[in-house]
Amino acid sequence: MKLRRMIAIWSAKIISAACRLSGKQGVTFAGKVALRIDPDILKDLSAQVREKIFVVCGTNGKTTTNNLLCQAIETENNRVVCNHTGSNMLDGVAAAFVLAAKNDGTLDADYACIEIDEASTLRVFPHFKPDYMVLTNLFRDQLDRYGEIDITMDMLKRAMQMAPDMKIIVNADDALSAYLAMESGHEFITYGITERVFSEEEQGEQHEIREGRFCKKCGARLDYEFYHYSQIGKYNCPNCDFTRPEIDFEALHIDMTEGLSFDVLERYLLPEEELDSVVAIDDIATGDGTGSDHTEEAAATREAVYDRIIHRYESRHLSADYRGFYNIYNILAAYAAGRSAGLKLADYEKVLKDFHPQNGRMEHFNINGSDVVLNLAKNPAGFNQNISAVMEDKKEKDIIIVINDNAQDGTDISWLWDVDFDRFGDRKDCGSEKTDVDSVEKSHTIRSITVSGIRCQDMRLRMKYVDIPCEMIGDVKSAIEARLADGCGNLYVLVNYTALFSTRNILAGMQEEK
Amino acid sequence: MKLTIGHLYPDLLNLYGDRGNIQCMKKRCEWRGIEAEVREFQITDEVKFSDLDIVLLGGGSDREQMLVCEKLKTIREDFHAYVEDGGSVIAVCGGYQLLGHYYDTSDGRIEGLSLVDLYTEQGSPRLISNIVIANDDFPYPIVGFENHGGRTFIGDNTPLGKVKFGFGNNGKDGAEGVLYKNVVGTYLHGPLLPKNPHVCDYLIGNALEHKYGTRELSSLDDEQELEANRYIVERFVK
Repeated sequence: MKLRRMIAIWSAKIISAACRLSGKQGVTFAGKVALRIDPDILKDLSAQVREKIFVVCGTNGKTTTNNLLCQAIETENNRVVCNHTGSNMLDGVAAAFVLAAKNDGTLDADYACIEIDEASTLRVFPHFKPDYMVLTNLFRDQLDRYGEIDITMDMLKRAMQMAPDMKIIVNADDALSAYLAMESGHEFITYGITERVFSEEEQGEQHEIREGRFCKKCGARLDYEFYHYSQIGKYNCPNCDFTRPEIDFEALHIDMTEGLSFDVLERYLLPEEELDSVVAIDDIATGDGTGSDHTEEAAATREAVYDRIIHRYESRHLSADYRGFYNIYNILAAYAAGRSAGLKLADYEKVLKDFHPQNGRMEHFNINGSDVVLNLAKNPAGFNQNISAVMEDKKEKDIIIVINDNAQDGTDISWLWDVDFDRFGDRKDCGSEKTDVDSVEKSHTIRSITVSGIRCQDMRLRMKYVDIPCEMIGDVKSAIEARLADGCGNLYVLVNYTALFSTRNILAGMQEEK
Repeated sequence: MKLTIGHLYPDLLNLYGDRGNIQCMKKRCEWRGIEAEVREFQITDEVKFSDLDIVLLGGGSDREQMLVCEKLKTIREDFHAYVEDGGSVIAVCGGYQLLGHYYDTSDGRIEGLSLVDLYTEQGSPRLISNIVIANDDFPYPIVGFENHGGRTFIGDNTPLGKVKFGFGNNGKDGAEGVLYKNVVGTYLHGPLLPKNPHVCDYLIGNALEHKYGTRELSSLDDEQELEANRYIVERFVK
C-alpha cells in the first residue's frame, strides 16, 4: 500500500508542477488524482501530523485567518501543512497534504492549518478529525450552490458531530456561529468585540441585510445593543436564555485611523491546582452586611465575583498596517486558536507586520507607479465590508468591479442587490448649505467606477438604480488598462471568485512587464 | 400622483435581492414624477391595506416562511379584500407559494393565504437555473433566475409566461408564474424587475389605473435594462 501512496504523491507533484509551468492553478486537480490513486492518502498523511490539526470554516475570512495562523505557528519553529491558496474542497485539502509529503510517502509536519468550505466538511472529516475548528462567521453566500443558510448550518452541525473531541473557536459576535458552537455540546472558546466601534450615525448609513435577526433557538426577534456590521454585534434573546456568550479573547481600544490597532484581553481559567485553593462560591460575601444577601441580585453578584476569581486575565497590544474592520476578527481568530492550542505567540505582532495578504485579499500591485489593490468580494457581507475598507482610504481613487457568474461564483447574481453600493455615491451633503470639509472630501474621493466581467450589465443596472454613474467595459484587461491610463494612480479592483485568478494573473503580468 | 409600496416582512422574507424590486419600482415612479413611498412592515406591525397601492411579498427560507405563515393568518381577510378589489401584488419565490392554498413540505404543511387558486408541493431536486419566459402581452421576454424546491400548480389560472429556458412552476407543464387580477406571482428573482422594466411598468400601470383611472406612463430610456435582458435571452435561448 505504501507504493500506492508514493505513486499518488509523485503523480500529484508532477501534475502540480506541470500546471504551474503552464500558468494554471493545478492544485485541486493534483489532489483529485492523488485521492483517485490512493483513497486513503489523506487519512494516512494527516495521521502523521505530530501536534494539532486546525480547520478554519465560515463564510468570510477563512483564507486570511488560516494563513495568519499558519504563519504564527511557523514563527515558533514548527513545520505546518497549509492550503494557502484557499483551495478548500476535498481535493484541495488533499493536495495540501500530498504536496507537502516526501516522495517516500512520509509527512514531516508538526501542525496542519486547513481551511475548509463549509459544505465540504462532511466530505473531509471522514479522512481526519481536527483538534480545533475555527468558525469565523455565517452569512448568506451563493444561495444557488449552498441553499439557504439553514442548510449550511445543518451541514456544519453534522460535521461537528463527526468529530466529538474537536474544540471550537468561535466568533461570539455572530449569533449564528455562536449558536452552533453552544448547541453542539463541544468545548468552545470565544472571541469578540464588546465595545461599540461604529456610532449609530455610521450604522444608519448601512441598510445591510441582517441574516440572524431571529433567535435560532426559539424564533423570537433578537435584541441587539449594537451591530458592528451585518448581523455581527452584541445580542441577546428577550424570550429564551440564548445570549452572546462570555468572551475569552476580546479586542478593545480599537483604533482604525491608520491601519488597525487594538488590545487583546485574554481570559482563561486558573490552572487546576490553583483552582483548588479558591473559596467556594457560597463563601463569597456580597451583601451590605445586613445579612440580606439571599436575594437573586446578590446571587448574581456572587456569581460574577466568583467568575472573576477563577479566571486570569492577560492583555497585549496588537497592530497591523492593513485596513478593514473585519481583519480585526481574522487577527483575533488566529490568535485565539493558537493560544488555545498552547502556543505562546510571543512574536504575533511581528507576524502581523510581516503578513501580506495574498490571493486577492487586499493584495497590492505596483504598476507603473499606480497602486492597485485587488480584493475578493463574493457575497453581500464581504462586499459591504470591502466597501467600508475602500471608503476608509481617504485618498482619491478609481474603482473597478468585476462580476462573473461561473459555477464557482454561484450562477445567481441577485445578491448584488443585497450589497449597499449606494455608499459609493454618498453625496448627501453636497449642495446642502453645510460645507463640512470632511463630507465634501468624502463625496469626491471616488473618481470613477467601472463595471466589468461576464455580468457587467447587471452590475451597471445595479449602479443605475442607485443613481451612481459608471462605465461598462466587459473585458477585464481592457478595463484595467483604461483606468491605469486615465486614472489617479490609486485603483481598487473588487472581484468575485472566478474573476479573482484571471484578474490576479493580469495584474501580476502588468507588474512584471513594467 | 403618488403610489405607496408596502414591503411585507423584509426581515424574514428578503432572499434573492428583493430590495432590488422595491428600488426598481420606486425609481421608475420617481423618474416619471410620480411620488413613491416605501413602507416596510415588520412581523409585529399592523398592515393597513387600504393605504397601499402595491404589495411586495418576497422569498424566505422554509423556516422563515413557517414563522411568517402564522402571522399571515391574521391578515388573510384584509389581504384577500385588497386583492379582490384590484390591489397590486408582486409575490416572488416563497411569497409566490404563500399566495396559494398551501405548500406541502417534508416537515409539514405551510398554510398559504388562498388569495389565488394554486398550491405547491415539495419536490426533488431543487430547480435551479437561469430562466427565460415569454408572454405575448409583453413586448419583451421576461428573464431571471429560479431556485425552488416547491412545484407549483396553478390549475386554470393564467401563467405569467411560457418557459423558453429553465423550469418554471413545476418543471413539467411549461408554465411559469401566475397572473390573477392585479396579482403577479413568480419564481423569477434576479431580482425580477430591474432587468424586466416592462413587468415593473405593468405593475405601476395597474396600480395607477386602480387609483387614478389612468395607466399612462411616460417612456424612459431603458437601453441598459433591455441590454441586460437581451444578454440573458441570447445566452440561453438559441
